Amino acid sequence: MRKNKRPSEPEQAAGNGLLDRRLFLTAGVAAIGSAALSDSTAAAEALPVEPWMKTPGAPFTPYGQPSKYAGKVVRAVASVPGTTGTGTSRTPHHLLDGTITPNGLHFERHHAGVPDINPEAHRLLIHGLVKRPLVFTLDALMRYPMESRVAFIECAGNSGLLYQKEPAQVGVQPIHGLLSCAEWSGVRLATLLEEAGVDPSAQWLLAEGADASGMSRSVPLAKAMDDALIAIYQNGEPVRPSNGYPMRLLLPGYEGNMNVKWLRRIKLTEGPTMTKDETSKYTILLNDGKSLQFCFAQEAKSMITRPSPGLTMGSPGLYEITGLAWSGYGRITKVEVSADGGASWAQAALQGPVLPMSVTRFRLPWRWEGGPAVLQSRATDDSGYVQPSRAKLIADRGSRGAYHFNGITSWGIAEGGEVKHVYA
Amino acid sequence: MSTRNTLLGACSALMVLHGAALAEGPNLGKAASPDEIASWDVSIGPGGAGLPPGSGTPQQGEQVYVAKCLACHGEKGAGKPNDRLVGGPELLAPGQAPVKTVGNFWPYATTIFDYVRRAMPLNEPKSLRDDEVYAVVAYLLSLNGVIGENDTIDARTLPTVRMPNRDGFVRFSRGR
Repeated sequence: MRKNKRPSEPEQAAGNGLLDRRLFLTAGVAAIGSAALSDSTAAAEALPVEPWMKTPGAPFTPYGQPSKYAGKVVRAVASVPGTTGTGTSRTPHHLLDGTITPNGLHFERHHAGVPDINPEAHRLLIHGLVKRPLVFTLDALMRYPMESRVAFIECAGNSGLLYQKEPAQVGVQPIHGLLSCAEWSGVRLATLLEEAGVDPSAQWLLAEGADASGMSRSVPLAKAMDDALIAIYQNGEPVRPSNGYPMRLLLPGYEGNMNVKWLRRIKLTEGPTMTKDETSKYTILLNDGKSLQFCFAQEAKSMITRPSPGLTMGSPGLYEITGLAWSGYGRITKVEVSADGGASWAQAALQGPVLPMSVTRFRLPWRWEGGPAVLQSRATDDSGYVQPSRAKLIADRGSRGAYHFNGITSWGIAEGGEVKHVYA
Repeated sequence: MSTRNTLLGACSALMVLHGAALAEGPNLGKAASPDEIASWDVSIGPGGAGLPPGSGTPQQGEQVYVAKCLACHGEKGAGKPNDRLVGGPELLAPGQAPVKTVGNFWPYATTIFDYVRRAMPLNEPKSLRDDEVYAVVAYLLSLNGVIGENDTIDARTLPTVRMPNRDGFVRFSRGR
C-alpha cells in the first residue's frame, strides 16, 4: 500500500497536517527537518566554555533532588477551605514524558492530611468473616513473597471539569492531573486472606486507612483475590507518606479512592458497608435523579500532554503530538489523534511496553502550518471499548455526575500558536 | 499440655484442609483476639451491625453541633465553608448544579454515625463520645425532617430510619 514518495512529501495520515506514525522511524524526518535548518548556517561564534566546565561540581547528596532549573515541574495544590492537608495535588503531565510518575509528583487526595506513621507501631488487621483474624507488622509483611505491578491510579473525580457547560480555561494539570502511574511492589492480598481463611459467606471487604479520617471503602472480595496488592514500595522505594506509607491497598484499574492509603484494617463482610465515600461521594448522579453506585474500574481515556494549554506553539514546522492513554479494564490497543476536531483521525504510535491497567504513551508526528487546529485523542482498549466524545458521554449520563468523566478533550490551537481548552 | 496438643492437632488439620496455599505461606500473622479487634472495629454496617450502646436526641445534638460542627458546616447545617448537610430534593432538581445533603442524598442513616465517629470534627476526629455522636446524628436527621424533634436515636432505632434517597441508587454495570 505504501507509495513511493519523494522525501519532501511525507505521508499524510489525516487532515490538517497529521503525518504517518512511522515517520520518525524512517528517513523522511531528515528531509522534513532540512527546511528548518537551512537558515542556521550564518556566521558562527565559537561555542562558549561555561564556568561549570572549568571547576568541580557539587558534592554527593544522600537523596537526589531535581535540578533547580526544573522548579516549575511541581504538583498544583488545592486545599479544602479552612484546611491545609485536605484536598488534592495534581501531577504536571504537560511537563513530563515517559509513563512513570516520579514519586514526588504522584497526585494526592487526602481527607485529613498526611499521617506521620511510625512503621514499627503500624499494624494491618484482617478480620471479620475469616477463620483466623490476623494482625501483621510491616516487618512480617516484608518477609512475604512480593510482586510488582506497573499501575495507574486515577481519582474518580479526575477530568470532572469537562462536565462544566463552558470549557474551563486551564490545561492538562488542573483537568487531568489526578492521574499518575507507578511501579508498585508488595504482597498479594490473596496470600494474606488465604492464611486468615476466608469464610464462604464473605463477598466483600472493608478497607480502612490509619489516617485521621479513617478513609474506608468496600471492595468486592473477587477483586481482592484476583490482583490486589498490599503495596510497600513505590517505584522501588518505600511508598511515600503522601501515598500511604508504610502500606497502601492497590486495586489495579479501580478508582483511586478505593486504593486505600495507610492501610490498617481489612474486614471481610457479606455485603458492602455503605461508607460515606461509596454513597454520598463517588456515585454518579444521572438526569433522572438516580445515581450509579459502585463504578469501580476507570473506563478507557486519553489526553494529549503536548501540545496543551500553557505550551504556546513555536514556529510552524514539524511537532510531535504526545500523550497518555489508559484503561482500568485492560490494555490500550489503539490511540487515534485528530487535528481537525474529529473530522479525520490518524493512528498514533504506541510506545511499549503496553501494560494492562497502566498508562501507555502515544506519539504522532504533525506538520503544523501555523493555522488553527483542534487536537483530540481517542483511546480504544482490548475489551473493544472506544473513548466517547464529550457530547456522547453527556448525552448518555448527563452533566451532573461529577465523577468518571472519560470523554474526549479538545485543545484548540489559534492562528499564532496559542493553545486553549475548547469544546468541539 | 493436653490442651496444647489438641491445638496443634487442630492446626495441622486446618493446614491439610486448606491445602497448599496455607501450608506454603510464611504465616507470620499473629492471631488477633476479640479484645484487640474491638478498639479498631469501628465500621457500622447498613443493618446497624457494630453500633455501640448509648443514645441521643436532636436537642442534645444541637448543643454538640453548635460547639463542634457549626464553624465548618454553618447554622443548622446550611453549609459554608464546607459541605451543606441539610436540604431537600429541590437542591437536586435538574438544570442546576446539584447540592447533595444528608437529607436528600445519603441512603443509609448508619453511615452518618460511622462517618461522624471516625472522621469528625475534622481537626479532632474520634473525640466525640458515642452519646454525642448519636445526638449529632439525631440533630441532622431532625433538621432534614427524617425524624421528629423528640425522637431518640440509638443502636435499635438508627438502622430503622428510612432515608429519603434510600432507593436512589443503581448498581453500575458496564455498557448499561
